[in-house]
Amino acid sequence: MNATLVLSSPIATSRIECATTESAAMRWLLTGIALAFLALFLFLPLVAVFVEAFKKGAEVYLAALVEPDALSAIKLTLLIAAIAVPLNLVFGVAAAWAIAKFDFRGKQLLTTLIDLPFSVSPVIAGLIYVLVFGAQGWLGPWLFDNDLKIIFAVPGIVLATVFVTFPFVARELIPLMQAQGTEEEEAAITLGASGWKTFRLVTLPNIKWGLLYGVILCNARAMGEFGAVSVVSGHIRGMTNTMPLHVEILYNEYNFAASFAVASLLALLALVTLVLKALVEWKTRETVSDNGNPEQVKP
Amino acid sequence: MISTLRRHSVLPGFNLALGYTLLYLSLVVLIPLSAAFIKTASLSWPAFWETVTAPRVVASYKLTFGASLIAATINAVFGLIIAWVLVRYTLPGKKVIDALVDLPFALPTAVAGVALTAIYAGNGWIGQFLEPLGIKVAFTPLGVLVALTFIGLPFVVRTVQPVLEDLERETEEAAACLGANRVQTFLRVILPAILPALLTGFALAFARALGEYGSVIFIAGNVPMVSEITPLLIITKLEQYDYVGATAIAVVMLVTSFTLLLAINLLQRWTQKRGAREH
Repeated sequence: MNATLVLSSPIATSRIECATTESAAMRWLLTGIALAFLALFLFLPLVAVFVEAFKKGAEVYLAALVEPDALSAIKLTLLIAAIAVPLNLVFGVAAAWAIAKFDFRGKQLLTTLIDLPFSVSPVIAGLIYVLVFGAQGWLGPWLFDNDLKIIFAVPGIVLATVFVTFPFVARELIPLMQAQGTEEEEAAITLGASGWKTFRLVTLPNIKWGLLYGVILCNARAMGEFGAVSVVSGHIRGMTNTMPLHVEILYNEYNFAASFAVASLLALLALVTLVLKALVEWKTRETVSDNGNPEQVKP
Repeated sequence: MISTLRRHSVLPGFNLALGYTLLYLSLVVLIPLSAAFIKTASLSWPAFWETVTAPRVVASYKLTFGASLIAATINAVFGLIIAWVLVRYTLPGKKVIDALVDLPFALPTAVAGVALTAIYAGNGWIGQFLEPLGIKVAFTPLGVLVALTFIGLPFVVRTVQPVLEDLERETEEAAACLGANRVQTFLRVILPAILPALLTGFALAFARALGEYGSVIFIAGNVPMVSEITPLLIITKLEQYDYVGATAIAVVMLVTSFTLLLAINLLQRWTQKRGAREH
């Protein structure tokens, strides 16, 4: 293992050490560069959000959050996430069950197609729904005749959000369930358990952390999506304005303190997401070391 | 009909799970995406070409592709250094720093946009020091670069980090025993091993930067021909009810993204093969 075991001469040992790690000066330099870059690009923007939000005092901050338009934006954002996340959760479980537990033709293609929304610009994600449901779109005239509104209304925002968060749960579950194999489920079925019971008592406990991980990431994106939602929302204050859109409107009105106050809530959401994510990663590693299965380390 | 596609298994639910997956995928992703291509097909080829090569559009491609490429390169260099420091060195608060790397994934893009603008504006924390030097960041193409660097940061770190962790130190010791100095060991032993992951991370950051909208529009200034990115141009055309024009540009971007996705898939397969061979 260690080079010192092989080479007992002290001169040789020090030469090996200096060739398998960097010199102290180099280590300091690299660490310094890494920390400076992270401070400049990550830490500073994060701190700036909170500093700008409280620049005019706590009263202005609170007033910006309890103002009716802000409250309705917060409610809408929560509503959108409450619809989009469960939809993609059910889809993710179904897709992972089919892809991870069975062999069929076109599996590789299906896996690639599920990841497709991640490579589509958010703006285009919004645009395609306008092409389908907008006034000039495929279903536009029919929707108009039936007095239904999707674009510039809540259903459009839900659809755009579902699109941009589409792969999150599925892409966490597919590799996890593939690594776990099918033996446990097969045993349960052979012993007479129903399919649903097998899923609930055998599969679900095995995938719960991966599932939670996917849901956390999906939720963060659902609440924070800007580009796609911006295209389909119509920016109607108090009606179709989500929190990120509200940040933009206030900012464009030069109401910076209020804009950053709403932004600080979203930054807080991001921080909570990072903490939960780290906890789940830590928990997964713990479970894995219990089971001694290194295949599952990456949630 | 569908069940003939699969090999025999005792597990239930295949038809239901695959059926639902295909239905949901078609309704949410495939059919709406096809709308962009079908809408564009209504244009004649010369009209399409004229739309997607108009000077203002070409200027936006140059900015979007150029800034994305530079941002991905910056992220490749600094992402490698960050991954290296996180894997190889001990430093206090490493777990917190490690978790913070994912901030650009978790922070809504609009928040990143207003925060970066506040920092780099002429009176901002960093902008006030750059302005006397004649460097303007906010409301210039340089601002676009800053925003794209921010959102692409985690990709390289997160693809290189696991490969560095799995790298066997014995190969470095062997290189040292054979008389290589640290630079030679890095260039000849470590770099070839992490190169596929590094390229994958670079491609992912580049692909993400190409389509980015939220974090850029606040800091860019959005001057046509100068600091207007392609996604913004799509929105501008939509607001002028030029649906065909917007869709034509979108199709150019979609084709680019899908080509990149293919390249990334090939790169990832290369990474896995490389990993499998070493084990």
